[in-house]
Amino acid sequence: MSELAGTPASVPPERRGTALDVAQLPSFGFSHRSLMWWGTLGVMAIEGTVFAMVIMSYFYLRTNAADEWPLGVPVPGLLWGTLNVIILLVSGIPNHLAKKSAERYDLGTTRMWLVVCAAFAVAFVIVRLLEFTQLHCRWDSNAYGSVVWGLLGLHTLHLVTDLYDTVVLTALFFTGPLESKRFVDVSENAVYWYFVVLAWLPIYAVIYWAPRL
Amino acid sequence: MTFDAQLNSDAPFNFDPGRNQQPEDKRDGPPWGSPQALELERTWREPPGLVGWLSAVNHKSVGKRFIITAFCVFLAAGLLAAAMRLQLARPDNHLLGPDLYNQIFTLHGTAMMFLFAVPVMQAMAVYLLPLMLGTRSTAFPRMTAYAYWMYLFGALMIFAAFFLRAGPDAGWFEYVPLSGPEYTPGHRSDYWAQLISFTEVSGLLVSVDVVTTVFKLRAPGMTLARMPLFAWAMLVTAFMIIFAMPAVMTASTMLLFDRTFSFHFFNPSDGGDALLWQHLFWFFGHPEVYFIFIPALGFMSSIIATFARRPIYGHPAMVLSLIATAFFSFGLWVHHMFATSVPELGKAFFTAMSMMIAIPSAVQIFCWIVTLATGRLNIRAPLLFVLGFFFILTLGGLTGLILGSVPLDLQVHDTYFVVAHLHYVLIGGAVFPLFGAFYYWFPKITGRMLDETLGRWNFWLFFIGFNVTFYPMHHLGLRGMPRRVYTYPADMGWNTLNLVSSIGAAIIAVSVLLFIVNVLKSRRAGAPAGDNPWGAPTLEWATTSPPAWCNFAAIPVVSSREPLWQGARDATSPGHVAGLATDVREGLVTTVVDALPDHRYVYPSPSIWPFIAALATTFWFIGSFYMPTAMAWGMIPVIIALTFWFWPAQDETRKHLLLEKRA
Repeated sequence: MSELAGTPASVPPERRGTALDVAQLPSFGFSHRSLMWWGTLGVMAIEGTVFAMVIMSYFYLRTNAADEWPLGVPVPGLLWGTLNVIILLVSGIPNHLAKKSAERYDLGTTRMWLVVCAAFAVAFVIVRLLEFTQLHCRWDSNAYGSVVWGLLGLHTLHLVTDLYDTVVLTALFFTGPLESKRFVDVSENAVYWYFVVLAWLPIYAVIYWAPRL
Repeated sequence: MTFDAQLNSDAPFNFDPGRNQQPEDKRDGPPWGSPQALELERTWREPPGLVGWLSAVNHKSVGKRFIITAFCVFLAAGLLAAAMRLQLARPDNHLLGPDLYNQIFTLHGTAMMFLFAVPVMQAMAVYLLPLMLGTRSTAFPRMTAYAYWMYLFGALMIFAAFFLRAGPDAGWFEYVPLSGPEYTPGHRSDYWAQLISFTEVSGLLVSVDVVTTVFKLRAPGMTLARMPLFAWAMLVTAFMIIFAMPAVMTASTMLLFDRTFSFHFFNPSDGGDALLWQHLFWFFGHPEVYFIFIPALGFMSSIIATFARRPIYGHPAMVLSLIATAFFSFGLWVHHMFATSVPELGKAFFTAMSMMIAIPSAVQIFCWIVTLATGRLNIRAPLLFVLGFFFILTLGGLTGLILGSVPLDLQVHDTYFVVAHLHYVLIGGAVFPLFGAFYYWFPKITGRMLDETLGRWNFWLFFIGFNVTFYPMHHLGLRGMPRRVYTYPADMGWNTLNLVSSIGAAIIAVSVLLFIVNVLKSRRAGAPAGDNPWGAPTLEWATTSPPAWCNFAAIPVVSSREPLWQGARDATSPGHVAGLATDVREGLVTTVVDALPDHRYVYPSPSIWPFIAALATTFWFIGSFYMPTAMAWGMIPVIIALTFWFWPAQDETRKHLLLEKRA
């Protein structure tokens, strides 16, 4: 690296001068050094934009509604949604620990925390199913029903996707074939989970609190 | 402990031997002709046979397929346009009925916008970027292959629907309520909505690929400041796609749900709102014009520098203008909705924005003019198409200023004036530079030159035919001819102008035919091109034509914006990279801003799973509106395919462990 930084690197790509030997550079890197991190970031930007579009649609429909929002439907019950906020925030801990174990290449603790992360995701999905019963409307009741089912469904899709990712990755860590760069995948999986958590907070606020305002 | 033993034991996970154990004679660096370069070629070649063909992931194979497919869509959608001009050539014509005509104009617009204009630009990026940036692959080769298959299957689906008389017929922007369940029963709008899903999946994945490739895979020394304008254009476009396309994907999914599951997003009688569709559609739709236009600006900058034989004047201003254009383009969408009940203050804001976006475009045009005026011009076919851009796009830009102002827009809204404007902008702004790009990079892709004489005929017929076709449409619009009518009475005063327009369309058809003849002829019998036939400055011209499977025998080290124009200043500093494995597809990852070597990276190998995953996704997308429950269970085959795609192979992992070195 310093070879390049230190000299005026000014040789055109014909074969002149000496070669820059990269054989002993690391074979992977964590965080923003890795291609996977950038790929995950791109996917999060796309999905974050989708969330934003649906939330904007919610408020557009609300602003232009002829009747009082939420269009004659009782406001959704707070219990399960709020419980899920708690589960999600707590789930940040095992995800953080899985990420840290992975960055230390500690196979034993990485395996353990992956299992705990998956368990949290399962708990979340179960409570999520209960959440749907507390919306007090169907998706085809009216436009309010459509947009809250849309929002909750969209977030559930991300949740299930990340749960499945975690399960596959956990399976790989127990069965192999493994190599060190898989620890980067654990780290990225945790980052994606943070995204699912952070996306839930505004969606929770919109679904459960916006109709109460 | 052996790998297999380690696998089966609970011993601490520690495969890292501390250093890359790759044998010395299996590391790259030596020039073409060496055993190492030969082995690299074998490694980066696609696997043989039909399965190998379906498993291809090399960016050049995928890029070439992408370009050819997009060009075929261009021809098919062009034939649809020809059918429309035939129908409108004389009044009271009943060659095509109203229903077929509706399907034809809808498919023409849909295919040109979603299946030609955006994908062809991304296809050029997939093919060219790794060569231009001095690397061997895009960041996510399997994902790129999947994106191609999704694109292909989407295109096949929509044309199949058309031939089965189930083609969408509510216009390329499918306004609700016309496209909703009440006014378009059957599956016509469902096909359209899912076509959007296909193209969005494809477009978004390629964008993520492009961003990562541009940021992380540039040759050492190619700092952001030294990156070619083409790469900047593709980077900016990819970011725009990432933030704009989700809007139309949201909208089309909502439409599909309204139609299939009785949701009420757009149904006013149950609290929905039809204008929501227009907002979501145009929040994507206006930036879309710019993600067709901005890559074309990248072509322009590449071609102008080469044929003016000097660097582009005002490089930083060009980069900033690209970024500014991208930002402004997100603040224009409401100017498509001036005829709706948007608040007046909003309209004033969007008018101002529509005027403002002319500024960065003008900056670029003036920089190019300075470059051309101070260069030593080499007037060849690619440059002719670029000069055509200046003339046509400027006219299209002027009518854009007219349409951007509310009172004038209300006068000509939904008339042929708009049709004229959008074709001037899109054909002048994107298709002319694209043809220039075909002439420019064809020698690199095939190793043969396109015929210059045929090229000039191609250009002049296209240029004349284009103006003869579309200029009269301005007048037709001012005389009140509405868009999307399948015929018109003889006494409206539109007869001659329509006939002239149809004659122009025939001239364009001849010109495109000449291009096809030229390609078919030159592909085999054209003059051999050599590595750098135009004397161009960027890295794709530093390798053979057509490029070797591995792109470069050794990855170059870059020290200026125009690496092939700048000779060595210091013969002792490094000129190329060495030490990457020759027997697996290994590449070099560099830092985002300074492009310092950071780590090595083994790319995924060829795989059939992206193809199978795309088949499964196609089944899911189409199945979901025939069997609504398939919206849920149709995902299962996709998930299975993706799992196989991800799951690593034993022998490959063993090979990776040899190369492993922890950070």
